Amino acid sequence: MKPFAYVRAGSVQEATDAFAAHPGVRYLGGGTNLVDLMKLGVEAPTALVDVTRLPLDAVEELPDGALRVGATVRNSDLAAHPAVRDRWPALSQALLAGASGQLRNAATTGGNLLQRTRCPYFQDLSKPCNKREPGTGCGALRGVHRDHAVLGHSEQCIATHPSDMAVALAALDARVELRGPEGARSVPAADFHRLPGVHPERDTEIHPGELITGVVLPAATAGLPSAYRKARDRASYAFALASVAAVLHLRDGVVERAGIAFGALAHRPWRARRAEDALVGAAPTTAAFEHAVDLELAAAEPLRDNAYKVPLARRLALDVLGRLAPPSTT
Amino acid sequence: MDSQHEGTAHAAPPPTSRSDTTLRVNGKPHTLTVDHRRVLLDLLREDLGLAGAKKGCDHGQCGACTVLVDGRRVNSCLLFAVALDGCEITTVEGLAGDGEELHPVQRAFLDRDAFQCGYCTPGQICSAVGVLAEAAAGHPSRVTDPRAPSGAPVPLGREEIRERMSGNLCRCGAYPRIAEAVEDVIP
Repeated sequence: MKPFAYVRAGSVQEATDAFAAHPGVRYLGGGTNLVDLMKLGVEAPTALVDVTRLPLDAVEELPDGALRVGATVRNSDLAAHPAVRDRWPALSQALLAGASGQLRNAATTGGNLLQRTRCPYFQDLSKPCNKREPGTGCGALRGVHRDHAVLGHSEQCIATHPSDMAVALAALDARVELRGPEGARSVPAADFHRLPGVHPERDTEIHPGELITGVVLPAATAGLPSAYRKARDRASYAFALASVAAVLHLRDGVVERAGIAFGALAHRPWRARRAEDALVGAAPTTAAFEHAVDLELAAAEPLRDNAYKVPLARRLALDVLGRLAPPSTT
Repeated sequence: MDSQHEGTAHAAPPPTSRSDTTLRVNGKPHTLTVDHRRVLLDLLREDLGLAGAKKGCDHGQCGACTVLVDGRRVNSCLLFAVALDGCEITTVEGLAGDGEELHPVQRAFLDRDAFQCGYCTPGQICSAVGVLAEAAAGHPSRVTDPRAPSGAPVPLGREEIRERMSGNLCRCGAYPRIAEAVEDVIP
């Protein structure tokens, strides 16, 4: 590991100033991914700006019924927060489906969003990887890619985003709050991560120097039935092969609004807009769910060794949607 | 701290790669000048001679390095020591306190013979201590009934223990006895 400077930021302004003052700087949150990538040589920052002691560790109820989660709130604390468990249960379930108790105690809300893919080619300096080193090619495309993308991938990159939390945030219409040299802004969680296209080195829409300051869960999805389900190679402590977060708003026996997002199928949480549109106005029946999910997954382009993900994601989605609908309708 | 000052006060700070850091480890304060690259696990084992926490994978995948930081279980291989300035660290060596009496979790691991080679044991024990505190504080796990009241202590059965201890691998496969040992100390 290369030597680096260390700056403990006392305020958001101090953090973004320190970022601007050092070339090759990285913000340090819980470090559960960044420290590992530094050990592997994938990341070699010249300076770390530690943001874990910023006053961004609160979960606050907003007057309109939304919930603001500070960027440094730890994953375990967010999963246990009564407001999250009671009103946005898919988020609590997604957090608890990720990593281990030790890692959730360290990992932060902001850091979780900014974690990198676990593609083995990305993590191995001896292999080509357009995400790590643009222009070197993609080793996974014709290599080992059982865990890789089936939706929205490109010739340049077939990596998936590893977060469980981000999938729930995308389905729940959360927003990501950012502060940077050009001021504050917020973006929908579903649009925060990118598809790889010809720039797989960019995971998100974040601008250089911008810091995630928090995430807002909107009143519109508060208290609605929501759930998260994940399939993986072992019963606990593994990344998803496929996962689904969903929220359903039913009124007068029909779907007024649905939020559905798939995890581990794409370079970002895959918001299933086609499926959602197909469900609006429909009765929440098994047939309607099947029709909607099949419409969405018709866009899948599996690779040589990961076609299993499509039927797996389908079954997960149908199970989750069926559980969210009243028992009499399905 | 110097590096903090340099980072904010000047446009081009002289690079500093070491900082004075104070940690309380098992109740005793230690002030060291640490290389920023030093992770807590290496500081404990190599600078302080506390070899209880083990280096298994060194990538946060096995849990052998688990210690408690401010009472919460974490992987010490993934924490830069400099970032822990002012924190309270408890390792397996500090669980029992000053007396002869073992911590109840340590006692239970002995009584149940909950190991074969023993390499993962310090991490398993620290993790179990963390599990008990988390459940008492009402932290749910993936297998907790979603209808359980938020904030109330979570009762720990076998399924809860297995899920909550999943961040600690045991390559000897002593899991059944590890789960029994943790079950023995449920209040």
